[in-house]
Amino acid sequence: MTALAFFHRRGWIVSPLTAACFAVILFWGTVALLAPWLIRYPIGEIVDYDYFSPVSSLNWLGSDYMGRDMYSRILMGARLTIGISLAGTVLAGVVGVAFGMIAGTIGGLFDQVLSRCIDAFVGIPNLLLALVIVAAGGSSIPVLILSVAVIFAPSCYRFSRSMAVNVGAMDFVVAARARGEGIVYLIRSEVLPNIIGPVLADMGLTFVKIVLLLSGLSFLGLGVQPPAADWGGLVRENMIGLSYGAAAVVFPCIAIASLTLAINMLIDNLPRRIRDRSPQ
Amino acid sequence: MTAPLVQIDDLHIAAETDSGRSFGIINGVSITVAPGEIEALIGESGSGKTTIALGLLGHFRTGCHFVSGRMVVNGKDMARLSEAERAALRGRSVSYVAQSAAAAFNPSLRIIDQVIEIALIHHTLDRAAARARAVELFRDLGLPSPETIGDRYPHQVSGGQLQRLAAAMAVIGDPMLVIFDEPTTALDVTTQIGVLRAFKRLMRDKGMTGIYVSHDLAVVAQIADRITVLKNGEVQEQGTTAEILTNAQHPYTRDLLAAFAPRPRARPAAVAPQEQTIVLEGRNILSGYGKGKGFIPAVRDVSFRLPRGASLGVIGESGCGKSTLARTLAGLLPASDGQVILSGAPLPAEARARSKEELRRLQIVFQLADTALNPATQIGDILGRPLTFFHGMRGRKRADRVAELLDMVRLPRDFAQRYPTELSGGQKQRVNFARALAAEPEVILCDEITSALDTVVAAAVLDLLAELQRELGLSYLFISHDISTVRAFCDEVMVMYAGEAVDRFAPAQMDAPERHPYTRLLVSSLPQLDPGWLDSLPEVLERGV
Repeated sequence: MTALAFFHRRGWIVSPLTAACFAVILFWGTVALLAPWLIRYPIGEIVDYDYFSPVSSLNWLGSDYMGRDMYSRILMGARLTIGISLAGTVLAGVVGVAFGMIAGTIGGLFDQVLSRCIDAFVGIPNLLLALVIVAAGGSSIPVLILSVAVIFAPSCYRFSRSMAVNVGAMDFVVAARARGEGIVYLIRSEVLPNIIGPVLADMGLTFVKIVLLLSGLSFLGLGVQPPAADWGGLVRENMIGLSYGAAAVVFPCIAIASLTLAINMLIDNLPRRIRDRSPQ
Repeated sequence: MTAPLVQIDDLHIAAETDSGRSFGIINGVSITVAPGEIEALIGESGSGKTTIALGLLGHFRTGCHFVSGRMVVNGKDMARLSEAERAALRGRSVSYVAQSAAAAFNPSLRIIDQVIEIALIHHTLDRAAARARAVELFRDLGLPSPETIGDRYPHQVSGGQLQRLAAAMAVIGDPMLVIFDEPTTALDVTTQIGVLRAFKRLMRDKGMTGIYVSHDLAVVAQIADRITVLKNGEVQEQGTTAEILTNAQHPYTRDLLAAFAPRPRARPAAVAPQEQTIVLEGRNILSGYGKGKGFIPAVRDVSFRLPRGASLGVIGESGCGKSTLARTLAGLLPASDGQVILSGAPLPAEARARSKEELRRLQIVFQLADTALNPATQIGDILGRPLTFFHGMRGRKRADRVAELLDMVRLPRDFAQRYPTELSGGQKQRVNFARALAAEPEVILCDEITSALDTVVAAAVLDLLAELQRELGLSYLFISHDISTVRAFCDEVMVMYAGEAVDRFAPAQMDAPERHPYTRLLVSSLPQLDPGWLDSLPEVLERGV
């Protein structure tokens, strides 16, 4: 496998578990990208007169409570779940990490004030905050992205700030300060390259949390609105099928679990030099 | 001759890299130690001396594994015992005194409980008897108030005392073999004497066998009967202390001996004082930490004048304020009072308020090259940044200048494409210094820049500094705790004690009778290669440490 060889050349040990997790993530990523060409029926089309039908050649993953094709709905759901989560993660990450590095590098009053405000903000429970934002702004995809970004930016901020403070105390940053370097150079060239590995790993975990929060919102009926459905929404729609042991409720659950677990385990098994939080 | 207590035969130990590649770190070492003798393992960092010492305890650090050979202690091969058998021997047959006593003690337990723990674990003594034995040991080790010192917590005693307490902890189980792993390296020279003397007396009185790991030949000369010189996991030379010191055969041993006594460098004919221009001057500098009532001064009322092309040495023990002085001069810690004057013009106290030109002319080089170089940046960019920042150089011109700088510090030009982690300690320190040179400064503040380096490497770095000074007319403020380095390297020496400059003199006058008592203490505390030096010292040198 060429990817393995790539890692080995860099002295990274890639375990079979890591490779498997990577493969799962790659699989879902590809599915999300290519879903419109892979689905067999439009997601709203009722294709089976039976509801909660089992796995068959007609409905590869069974049919849902209205007789719609689960295979197609899960594929299109992947697009929504992964797309919204990714957009939310990037937004939260960029804003949070940028402010975190600025606060950690400048320090002083700016850091104090911003950090205390964010501490206060973190005190509000995630789901509650999401409910309020969605209730106020209405449930649309941009609002969902914005709300998960607002909710998770503080944790990105706090993580990157603490990393930046650690790096900022190192002699090479002190040397740059003694040279009279500006804040932009300090952050871009001295701090960022030394925290980027752990920060990206943390963003991966944030992505998982966002997937779970989004699924939770959809489960409550506040997420993506019908007829489109993300994975959380699919679980909710078909929950009644649990008592029939329907495929329609099992497969979206497997989708959520496989993606989140794969990301989580991939990050836990990342090579030490990426995951390690202290600069060497 | 009695049977040896320790017999290491053709020992091989290997380590594994991140990529799973295995390479030998101990390559066929054989050492024999007779009962009652102290054997020193000496060598630079990475020579494998600590790996061997830990191996005698049957312990291999993470990533290291035993390959072949024998490590027999008192008839038992430590490398081939089960973990339970090893545990039974540790503390009773073999015990260990670590480099950092502060890290060897649990900060939240009383000292006495930790010292007697070994005796209780092995059920050799009951609690009361162990306590009595500990107090006896404290007395033997010359600790103040031996009855009560054990009731304190580790942070309530000094570093030198803690190191002696660690020795008490090691010998309470009456081990046959005690392994000392650089036990005095982290201590100041003045503290080191008392600790060394206590160790020596203890080992002699109890007739114990010792393995003493150190990089410092002079320290080893005081305490060891025999010396094994190691390099890259191989024995270079073995012999009695006297043989090694007076009649070294191996070139590497001779290098070590030569590096120990730095030759005073040839200086250009002394310039008459009136012709000297003062390039950096400090006037009544007061600097410290904290604000308002909580202000703790670390540098009090220090003044100095550094002539162009000269070196001013600043020495003192840890905590005397010498590094704070450097940080204050560089503007990293603004002075609370006093003035820093560069070529006649006063500098703003804070680096932020200084102009680019002022910053360029005064550069600082830090002690630890490991942390002073950005691990994510190539050497070429580390050196190139000051070129761009101060001189606006880019592209081809910048790359050429980087190559010139690498030439100046005697590093190959292709190092520009390497990352700091791919360099050795001495090479990193050269890069660290080249970065300061890139700014084309007039003054370089050198903060203990050779302290973390092995003696031979440090000597080479000092030679380089001297050469560049001659060629470029640089002025150095050279901070060190090592009086012999400062004496050999500097034109004037300033001694700091508790934040104040207590003495200043030309190196030739270091032994003159009019020296400040603290200078005399520092000078006489410096270990000499003469094995009889420690015993010849008057007891008064042991301050209450």
